[in-house]
Order: sequence, then structure tokens, then C-alpha cells
Amino acid sequence: MKTMDSKTHYLQQFKDVEARTRGAEGSWLSKLRRRAIEDFSEAGFPTTRLEAWKYTNVEPIVASRFKPAAETANGLSPERLSAFTLGTGSGSLLTFVNGRFSKKLSRLGPLPAGVRVESLAAALGNGSLDLEPHLGRHVETSGHPFAALNTAFMDDGALVFIPAGVDLQEPIQIVFATTQAEPAVTYPRVLIVGEKNSRASIVESYVGLGDQAYFTNAVTEIVVQDNATLEHCRMLEEGSRSYHISTVQSHLSRDSNLVSHNYAFGGSLIRNHVNSVLDAEGAESTLFGLYVIADRQHVDNHTRIDHAKPHCSSREIYTGILDDQSRGIFNGRVIVRPDAQKTDAKQTNRNLLLSKEALADTNPELEIYADDVKCTHGATIGQLDEEALFYLRARGISQKAARDILTYAFAGELVDEVKTEPARKYVEKLLRARLPGASETTVLL
Amino acid sequence: MLEIKNLRVRIAGKEILRGINLKVKAGELHAIMGPNGSGKSTLALILAGHDSYEITAGEVHYQGKNLLEMAPEERACEGLFMAFQYPIEIPGVTNLYMLKAGLNAARKHRGQEELDAMDFLKLVKERAKLVEIDESFLNRSVNEGFSGGEKKRNEIFQMAVLEPKLAVLDETDSGLDIDALKIVAKGVNALRNKDRAIIIITHYQRLLNYIVPDYVHVLVDGRIVRSGDKDLAVELEAKGYNWIESGAAAASGS
Ligand SMILES: Nc1ncnc2c1ncn2[C@@H]1O[C@H](COP(=O)(O)OP(=O)(O)OP(=O)(O)O)[C@@H](O)[C@H]1O
Ligand SMILES: [Mg+2]
Repeated sequence: MKTMDSKTHYLQQFKDVEARTRGAEGSWLSKLRRRAIEDFSEAGFPTTRLEAWKYTNVEPIVASRFKPAAETANGLSPERLSAFTLGTGSGSLLTFVNGRFSKKLSRLGPLPAGVRVESLAAALGNGSLDLEPHLGRHVETSGHPFAALNTAFMDDGALVFIPAGVDLQEPIQIVFATTQAEPAVTYPRVLIVGEKNSRASIVESYVGLGDQAYFTNAVTEIVVQDNATLEHCRMLEEGSRSYHISTVQSHLSRDSNLVSHNYAFGGSLIRNHVNSVLDAEGAESTLFGLYVIADRQHVDNHTRIDHAKPHCSSREIYTGILDDQSRGIFNGRVIVRPDAQKTDAKQTNRNLLLSKEALADTNPELEIYADDVKCTHGATIGQLDEEALFYLRARGISQKAARDILTYAFAGELVDEVKTEPARKYVEKLLRARLPGASETTVLL
Repeated sequence: MLEIKNLRVRIAGKEILRGINLKVKAGELHAIMGPNGSGKSTLALILAGHDSYEITAGEVHYQGKNLLEMAPEERACEGLFMAFQYPIEIPGVTNLYMLKAGLNAARKHRGQEELDAMDFLKLVKERAKLVEIDESFLNRSVNEGFSGGEKKRNEIFQMAVLEPKLAVLDETDSGLDIDALKIVAKGVNALRNKDRAIIIITHYQRLLNYIVPDYVHVLVDGRIVRSGDKDLAVELEAKGYNWIESGAAAASGS
């Protein structure tokens, strides 16, 4: 019953959205929203009876019936924000507070001609770039109620557009901060388009200040056109009582290359969908994920790599480090379509359990409809190596530091894969904050 | 420096050390020899603080302290070092990182200032030369992908950096070719001094040609059945353990 009530609650809220946006935006967008809310209405909120949601109970989110975040941006000073930004002076930064763009907390670095880094609301408002071919064209809303809700309710977010041939040297950072005291929902929406032969690196951070309950329902669409290269890094440092559900949907064209990093540190309940469609020959998608969680944190990563065309390759490494009573889930689906011959797909999920009560679930789902392919997967769930611990202690290192060092080493492989240096440094800092014993001798690494 | 009294140790219900007595003074070098499975590594691991063994009787005093009550890291910080018979690989942790953490933990423990990166590097490079370890090994993960001989040399290198007061070297000579053996011996000899004690566990008298021990003990079936000087090792090499074992049997039978 509750589920139905909540559904009605959101359907009701959508009426406000329609009233607000009617006539103010393109009819394609209104149609997109309408279709999305219908998709949501049809599916409703998922329950654990659904195979895809059997480990993740969204009832606390559903029952909370969050209201949209308030208009006023509050409580984020530039100093506070700087703790969450990359250590680059000149890179572009877009900051959103409680779902809305904050001009004051954003800056644009020197950007090559034609590059667009701006608030999505502004871009939709001024109509200077036709977003219709991309926005909402890649993410599926049918059967995906949270992506549907985001699409129906999206209000602001980031647009990053890299024109053909441009090689962006500096990373672009997008920060979504929730500061609001009332329980509220935001619908961050990001659209990244890398035109052919372009190259860029984009870092999305989701941060929570304070310990209020709130809900981030985010969608990012990434378009990587012919021969373009994109590194996308997503970092979750949400508040301790927050809920975060997201979809990162990428579409790869011929000979394009996407490297996606999905880091989950903070948040009480996190469910990420990372989907990649390899839609032309020679496309290459690499999905990295790292979840470092404790207490009763719950992180569920569902990835889906769709090999739609021949001669594409995908590599996937997801690593979980689970302490206390935390729970980490990895579900890795790889689809190889009938004509996707010569597909090369490799998937690995490794889990390190730091406590007896932590729980890891791993589930590869390979659906292979072509016959000349190379698909491998492997999963491990284990504890810290006692003999390695003893070795370090026998060299004088305290038990706590030895545990932290080995834990850091377990994650280090993924950190090294972040090629954008300021982003890598930032991730290292986050990890070391969690594993203080691993920080003593950083200089030499 | 070290005194072991009537040490008895079990693992998985089996008694492996059956009353070990041993006294080691500063400046001395002791060799422990014995057949496979006699308990040599068990003794070394007990000294280093490995916790998978059950100590059923006996005492171990190290520099006047009850060693058995100390955590492994505390022992190391107090100057005890063990070179492992089977050094483990630790992917993702570099040699340098581990050594700097270990050395600075010990310095802190002793109330000394921690070494900064520069001074540490200087020290490490100098010690690497001593055991002829290529500098490229320093930044590699601990023992990862090292050959058997390289792992052993790495143990001696670590000893040279950590400068222990008491070093227990468990079969550091096994699997070394003659050149590597000489390098290891040179390293050990360079570290010998009147304040430092060394216990060398070995199967082969060969090593003792290069590192001359003050005492040789023979461990059989969890007991030291014979002690002597370096000539005992030579005799053992010539006659084999059977000679001792039958002697031991005779001794305990009488
Ligand atoms: N973890 C363990 N579980 C069960 N038995 C063990 C364990 N560790 C050692 N042992 C047994 O204890 C006995 C002594 O082993 P130890 O390794 O101390 O011998 P060693 O003298 O060092 O032999 P080697 O010369 O082959 O190195 C052996 O019989 C061995 O099988
Ligand atoms: Mg042994």
C-alpha cells in the first residue's frame, strides 16, 4: 500500500513540474518528461521480489516520500567546497547546491573555442545548442523507474560539450552538493558529448554536508563519438544518511574509447547502474569501480556492457572493500549481440572483507549470442592475507597500519588506473583518509 | 640477550618443540642445524611472534623482557629481526614503503626522530649496495616476482636497513648459487659486531665456511640434541643427521 501511496506522491509532484515547464521548454522535452513519468507510473518502485533488486531494498527511499529540494542554495562556502574539489587552479568547475547551479561557486577555466561547460538548465533555456539528439536519447526509462523519475523531474545539471578534434588538457569537475536540512530529493542530470576525435576528462562528485537524510537520483548520459576518448570519474562522498541511485549511460561510436571510474565512499544506500553500449566497430569501454564502505553502508553496482557490434572490447574491474556490517553487491551483465563477433570482454570483481559481518555478493551475467568471442569473468571474496600482515608486523609496522597498508594496496591497482592526475591524487587522498595507517610514507610511492 | 628456557610448542595438537633451551649473548653467532621438519622454522617464527602456535610451556627472555608477551611489531621495534625461510609476496606494497614504515616505527619506539624521505633514501641506497641489490628492486612490490635467490637477498637487505640487535635468519642460504651465497655472507658479516647477536638456521655447512659461527646446535625432533663449535657442523656434514640421531637416541636411552 505504502508503495502505491508513494507512487501517487511522485505522480502528483509531476503535475507541478508540468505546470512550471509548460510552454517554457521545447515540446520534445515535454514529451520526453511525459513518456518518462508514464514509464515510472507503469513500473512503480521496485521491490526485492524483482531479480535485479533482490539485494537492495529501496523501501526506506520509497517510504520517505521526499520533496524536491528547496530553491535556496544554503550553507556552502567556497572554503567548504574546496575540500571536495581537485587541486587544480585553472580547470573548470561547475557546482550545484541542492540540485541547482551555483554561479558563485563555479568557474570556467580557459577553454578552447566551441567547448561548452555550463548549467543544463541554462543550455536548455537559451537554446544555443540543440540537445534533442542527445538528452534522454540514451538512457532507458522503460522498466527503470529511477532513471524515469530523473528524466521526468530533471531541472538542472551539467552540460559538457567537446567539439570535434578538441583535446581538453584540464579536467572538468562537476560537484553536486546537498546541504539542505530538510529531507529532500535532487535529480542531477549530466550530459556529456565528446564529438569525433576529441579528448576530455570529466570528474563528477556527489557530496553531502551534514547528516540529514536525503535522496540523490542522478542520471548521466555520455556520448563518445568516432575516435573520441573520454575519462569519466564519478566519486560518491554522500552524507551518512543519504540515499543515492544513479545511472551512467554511455554510447560509444566507432574506435572511441571510454574509461569510467566509479568510486563509492560515502552514502548509506547506493545503487549505481553503469551501462555502456559499444555501438560501432573498434569501440573500447573500460569500467572501473571501487567501493570502500563500513558501518551499515550498502552499495549495489549493476553494470551492463552491451556489445552491439563486432570487434569491440570491454574491460571491467570492480573492487569492494567492506568493513563492519556493510554490504557490497556487484552484478556485471555483458551482452554480446549475434553479430558482435570478435568481441573481447573481460570482467573481474574482487572483494576484501575486513570484518566477519561484512557481506559481498557477486554475480556475473554473460549473455552471449555470437560464437567467435572471448569473454572471461572472475570473482573473488577474501580476507586480508594473514601471512602478509605478519610479515609487515615483523618489520615493525603496527597491526592497524599493516591492515591499512594492505587494504590500500588492494585498492591501489584501481587508483593507478585514474590517468587524470589531479583526480588520481584526489582519490588517493580520499582513500588515505579512510586508511590513516597507509599514509605514513606516501612520499615514496 | 636471548634466553629460551624449556620452550614447548604445539600446533594442531602436535608437539613440535619439546623443551628448547638456548642462551645467546650479544656479539655471538649461533648456527642451528637439523633435518627437515625438526622445528627450526617453528622456533624462528615463535621468536618473531607468529600466533598460530600454542606455547604450552617455557619462557623466552629478550633483553630482560618477556618476549612471548610482546606483539610482533613490538619485538621488531625492540630490535628483533627474522629473515623468513619463505618470504611472502605483497603486491601493491613497495619494498621502500614497507621499510620506511618499519624503520620509522622503530625509531619512534626508541624515541628517535623519524627519517625524512631524503635521509631514508640515502640509507637505503647505501645498504642496497652492501647486498648488491639493484636499486630497481626498491620500488618494486615486496618480493613480487622475485626469484628465490632475490627474495633471500631482499631479506638480508631489509636486515641491513633495520639494523636489528638480534637477527634470526631462517635458511637464508637455501637456493642460492655460490655467488649469491657469498654476497649474503658478506652482508651478514658486515653486520656482525659486539652488540648484535645472530642466529642462523641452515642445512648446509657450506654457508658456515663464509660465516663462521661461535656455536652450532643440532635440532632434532623438537629438541636441541647436541651443541658444539664450528667443527660440529663439519662433522655433521660428513656423517649426516643419522649419526646424531642415533647418538641422541642412545643418550636419552641411558
Ligand atoms: N601450520 C602448521 N600446521 C601443521 N603442522 C605444522 C605447521 N607448521 C609446521 N608444522 C609441522 O611442524 C613440524 C616442524 O616444522 P618446521 O617448519 O618448524 O620445520 P623445519 O625444521 O623448519 O623444517 P625445514 O628444514 O624443512 O624448513 C613439521 O612436521 C611441520 O609439518
Ligand atoms: Mg624451516
